[in-house]
Amino acid sequence: MSRTEILDSVDEAVAGIEDGSTVLVGGFGFAGMPFDLIDGLIRQGATDLTVVSNNAGNGEVGLAALLKAGRVRKVVCSFPRQSDSYVFDELYRSGRIELEVVPQGNLAERLRAAGAGVGAFFTPTGAGTMLAEGKETRSIDGRDYVLEYPIKGDVALIGAHHADEMGNLVYRKTARNFGPVMATAAATTIVQVAEVVAIGSLDPEVVVTPGIFVDRVVAVPARRYTVEGAR
Amino acid sequence: MPLTPHELAAVVARDIPPFSYVNLGIGQPTKVAEHLRPESGIVLHTENGMLNMGPAAVGDEVDPDLTNAGKVPVTELPGASYFHHADSFMMMRGGHLDVCVLGAFQVSAVGDLANWHTGAPDAIPAVGGAMDLAIGAKQVFVLMTLLDKQGRPKLVPACTYPVTALGCVSRVYTDHAVFDVGPGGAVVRETFGVSVDELRGWLDMPLTQP
Repeated sequence: MSRTEILDSVDEAVAGIEDGSTVLVGGFGFAGMPFDLIDGLIRQGATDLTVVSNNAGNGEVGLAALLKAGRVRKVVCSFPRQSDSYVFDELYRSGRIELEVVPQGNLAERLRAAGAGVGAFFTPTGAGTMLAEGKETRSIDGRDYVLEYPIKGDVALIGAHHADEMGNLVYRKTARNFGPVMATAAATTIVQVAEVVAIGSLDPEVVVTPGIFVDRVVAVPARRYTVEGAR
Repeated sequence: MPLTPHELAAVVARDIPPFSYVNLGIGQPTKVAEHLRPESGIVLHTENGMLNMGPAAVGDEVDPDLTNAGKVPVTELPGASYFHHADSFMMMRGGHLDVCVLGAFQVSAVGDLANWHTGAPDAIPAVGGAMDLAIGAKQVFVLMTLLDKQGRPKLVPACTYPVTALGCVSRVYTDHAVFDVGPGGAVVRETFGVSVDELRGWLDMPLTQP
């Protein structure tokens, strides 16, 4: 028993996500993308969402499917434009979606700051560039820094490898990417894993995300895609 | 003779000190990996969360959970480690990465870098990790052609494209010559079938020699 809910279905896992929510979506391209949670969110129906993710969708699955369904008002990401990001490209070019481009390291650190209770931080990334326009800057020890604020999520949707019934998570290879920081940065963190194991089955030394950061877990068979395309 | 992309990648690989932690940017810089000797002890970092990345995966090695920053399936070498994005970019921003090799649209004589945005009004902006890499690595090497497709120099007195970071580049490897850049301006280190005077004719900046 633990405070983390281990749920039987994806639909239960994504229940209650409200219109207008800021949703942190894990994954780097397809690696670590919580495909089933996103499909569940599409069925659940929440709209007018702000999505924070590294990319803005590939092909027509996962995040791209959520965009295609017209549920997203704004995307906050580092790299929207890819060879197969045509769903986002069309929405953007026709003025139907807002975009905030954030350097990848600033995106990760703004999420980390939210999870760590840091009010804001000065970063050298972006200093002197158009992405720093309108932002407070400061010279510290002769170097220029830009003030950046945390990105807090109402919800985080994350793909991990295994969870135990305490909500402790382990990831797999580079599918870890944004998962651990996003898990800390949202009011409600929802995780899909390939398998939920019994308490005591995960070596405490290898837990990456402790269960305190995890609210809901659902086990779904691993569904993975390669760059060759969505199959 | 100007160097081929393959030959130029080999020159960059030659200049990376043994045991360096190195990030190779997407595109042409990735080719530098083919010229690194295993005995060099050089460790490749990929910003999506891995150290000691191996070559591209083929056939049964392909694992969708294991990709490089270009989202191409790769392999892991013995001694590899995985970490999350905040740690990965801490390695850059915190000055732990020795070298990164990046492509560029333009580099200025003082080492300003433009490699993320052409400034075209209809372009969809996408920065990825370019700004973090540019400010983070102890040394930033740029790998690019000296001239663009219209024959205009890409090593310029001042960048006209939107910059990625200011004063970050230390060395520029091109098909015609290798330059050091920085507060003192451009210094020609090495030429490939061209004289320094010919380079002066192409480039709108003073060039010195070491």
